[in-house]
Amino acid sequence: MPVMVEAEEVHVAVASNFLNPLKKIAQQYKQDTGNALIVISASTGKLYAQARHGAPFDILLAADAKRPALLEQDGIGVMGTRFTYAVGALVLWSLDSEAVQGAESLAQMNKGRLAIANPKTAPYGKAAQETLMQLGVWQKLKPALVRGENIAQTLQFVATGNAQMGLIAKSQLEDPNFKLKGSHWDIPIHMHDPVTQQAILLKPGRGNLAAQQFMEYLKSPSAKNIMKQYGYRDIKKP
Amino acid sequence: MNIPIIDLQPIWISLQLATVTVGILLVLATPVAWWLAHTQSRSRVVVEALVALPLVLPPTVLGFYLLIVLGPHGWIGGPVQALTGSSLTFSFTGLVIASILYSLPFVVQPLHGAFESIGKIPLETAQSLGATRLDAFFSVILPLARRGYLTAIVLGFAHTLGEFGVVLMVGGNIPGKTKVISIEIYDRVEVLEYAQAHILSAGLLVFSFVVLVLVYSVNRRLPVQVT
Repeated sequence: MPVMVEAEEVHVAVASNFLNPLKKIAQQYKQDTGNALIVISASTGKLYAQARHGAPFDILLAADAKRPALLEQDGIGVMGTRFTYAVGALVLWSLDSEAVQGAESLAQMNKGRLAIANPKTAPYGKAAQETLMQLGVWQKLKPALVRGENIAQTLQFVATGNAQMGLIAKSQLEDPNFKLKGSHWDIPIHMHDPVTQQAILLKPGRGNLAAQQFMEYLKSPSAKNIMKQYGYRDIKKP
Repeated sequence: MNIPIIDLQPIWISLQLATVTVGILLVLATPVAWWLAHTQSRSRVVVEALVALPLVLPPTVLGFYLLIVLGPHGWIGGPVQALTGSSLTFSFTGLVIASILYSLPFVVQPLHGAFESIGKIPLETAQSLGATRLDAFFSVILPLARRGYLTAIVLGFAHTLGEFGVVLMVGGNIPGKTKVISIEIYDRVEVLEYAQAHILSAGLLVFSFVVLVLVYSVNRRLPVQVT
């Protein structure tokens, strides 16, 4: 159980897909420990670039394993603190209650735009690209793609009706704050490399007890429970 | 070191966007500026304020409203979608509309200033000599206002090239359509491809500086002569 420490602030940089679950976990964490999180959200790629340039983040909650590993190599992440906190899932979603039936909805798409996150900066965008390639529709749909800066903007493109469909994070679809309707298809797990979301303690957080404590808190049953409500997959390997 | 490959397409799109935007703005801004310079109407201040709004509003406000209005369910985007089958957001046309609003004050204000300093007399003199109003405008006012036009064209063009926030919100980052130079720089910085970002940024910096120096020096040699 959490050790009581003096109330401290923890700056957590979080990938956009995990922003709302984190806020919920933060509420619970504050009740349990009295410590407050200051949350900064953007695409994993952007947060990585910011951390590399001295951003005062104590913790990074990325949407991939690659960037935390790079930060560890660069000496910006604290060696040995990296772990998988969640495994993300991808969904195809449309506001239209009939537009999405399954893989064929992508193959048959002939009007409107398909929103994905920018594959270069957002791991969910990379997973989206892999899925489209796996389905053999990448070349065909390329002219119809719009790229969100991160997964939050991707959702926004679809939610405002500006894109007919989008490949978004399951956690966004399940988010009780969004109350999303329409139609969706859960992308089977074998369609893309797993979205292994890793956390890492960063140099500025090394002396921050609350930051270290929050890293542990992410593994607690109450945090896991919230993640489950948001549709994250189970973590297979310990 | 690898020699970075520069994608020229975003530069080309930015240049096209700025050219089309300034062309349309000159046509739209001329009557507005003329009216502002000569009207006695009380609503003048309201129009002046409306024109100046894009100067003070964050681009996100403009981007947010455009996303709603130009989208497939918006008052403008909806009918356009019904007619053409595609919405205005995430399209070059959408970016032109956004840029017209965004760069409006940069074109209207120099023209307004020019028309004001010319006054009404040259136009009235030409008309009293038998010229039609339109004829008098083109052969008398336009040459007298060339300083104002030059400033308007250059500022409108440069400001559109520098557009970022609005394009980020309504453009959708589509290569070959809506990925303009500022977005390309942003993307490169995000993925730590600094060599490309440097080349594009330095290019834009030098271009903007040279253009401004040219405008200021030409403006000095082009005094407004009222004969």
